[in-house]
Amino acid sequence: MHLDHHETFPERHTYSAAAPVRADGRRRALRIGLGGPVGTGKTATVAALCRALRDELSLAVVTNDIYTREDAEFLLREAVLPAERISAVETGACPHTAIRDDISANLEAVEDLEDTVGPLDLILVESGGDNLTATFSKGLVDFQIFVIDVAGGDDIPRKGGPGVTTADLLVINKTDLAPYVGVDLAGMARDAKAQRGELPVAFTALKTENGVRPVSDWVRARLADWTAGPA
Amino acid sequence: MSRAALLVLADGRFPAGGHAHSGGAEPAVAAGRIKDAATLESFCRGRLHTTGLVAAALAAAAAAGCDPLLLDDAADARTPVPALRQVARRLGRQMMRAARATWPDPALDALAAARPRGAHQPVVLGLAARSAGLSPQDAAYAVAYESLSGPATAAVRLLSLDPFDATAVLAHLAADVDRVAEQGAAAGERVAAEGADVLPAASAPLLDITAEAHAAWPVRLFAS
Repeated sequence: MHLDHHETFPERHTYSAAAPVRADGRRRALRIGLGGPVGTGKTATVAALCRALRDELSLAVVTNDIYTREDAEFLLREAVLPAERISAVETGACPHTAIRDDISANLEAVEDLEDTVGPLDLILVESGGDNLTATFSKGLVDFQIFVIDVAGGDDIPRKGGPGVTTADLLVINKTDLAPYVGVDLAGMARDAKAQRGELPVAFTALKTENGVRPVSDWVRARLADWTAGPA
Repeated sequence: MSRAALLVLADGRFPAGGHAHSGGAEPAVAAGRIKDAATLESFCRGRLHTTGLVAAALAAAAAAGCDPLLLDDAADARTPVPALRQVARRLGRQMMRAARATWPDPALDALAAARPRGAHQPVVLGLAARSAGLSPQDAAYAVAYESLSGPATAAVRLLSLDPFDATAVLAHLAADVDRVAEQGAAAGERVAAEGADVLPAASAPLLDITAEAHAAWPVRLFAS
């Protein structure tokens, strides 16, 4: 039994996030996942990101609705991107399975978008609203954003869980509602810091002018690193 | 190769996209035809002996080394409605992705190149079984079992059915799975010598009709 492989490992043909280059030799798009509980503003964040970035980048979106096509339809209605740049994946009542345990339908959607409207710089993969344990597979996305809101209670960062603790960016949305729901933003920031260490946290109020700025700046920085990396 | 590869292939957690499909259970639940463990068992028995048998034979033939493109055409001929052809090809493409990562093989690469949008899922599964060193009968078993486990899992989610009852349904049907896998394997192994016409062509017209209607539902939990 040899421990060293003399041949290269067989090509996996999964176009997983592990491989930065597509079969045709081009660098694939950066993939960023957005997850988080129902109603926290994932789709609104995706829409705002598309508006902020669509003039400078080639973008596409994959949605994972739980039982309708509402998220995809919202993005279409808001006309944040042309219809051919938005793809809806059906998840069989289990949104976290489609982004973590069995990512095949999502990989297919990503691949088809790159084939039909590519080359793309960035693909946003939005999870269906789920719970605090939902995270994306590293085989599907390069980075993940977890979106929570102040109205869900200021104890969520303290409770932690894989999304809050390990996401590459934690977004705490709807800060404009904080006074109305009696939430202490400084306390949420302290709790998030305790759970996340050096990982970043962005406070957003999407209803305000340029409200998505902290997130779009973070995305631009990830994309700059990605483009500078080995192809 | 190891026989345990069959457990990997037949595991419901094998990441090939099946979790998003109910195998016709969602429309059957909505119509009241599946409402408890007993009706789930009837539904599963019917599916197993019709589309399950056809799929098992296709998989066995692919695992026996028959031309997968010939089998893909035979699968089209045995799948009358567009909605189910589309589902079979989409699941075939997803199975192909998982199989090529799991059991790399030039035969899989060749079929993927010939059918980039996906070949019928049982054909791909049969070829994957061959790549894993499994027998035609193993492939037939995996497909026959999958024709039950998909709807049973979906029924648990759709009806909040007791999961122990749903699993007992699968156990009750074990002897039927044996029979269908044997029949499917026997037919599949004759294809090389006698051609694709020896493959069974059993059909379940109600599954075809409800699949076509379900594909147009605006709100649904499962893709099929």
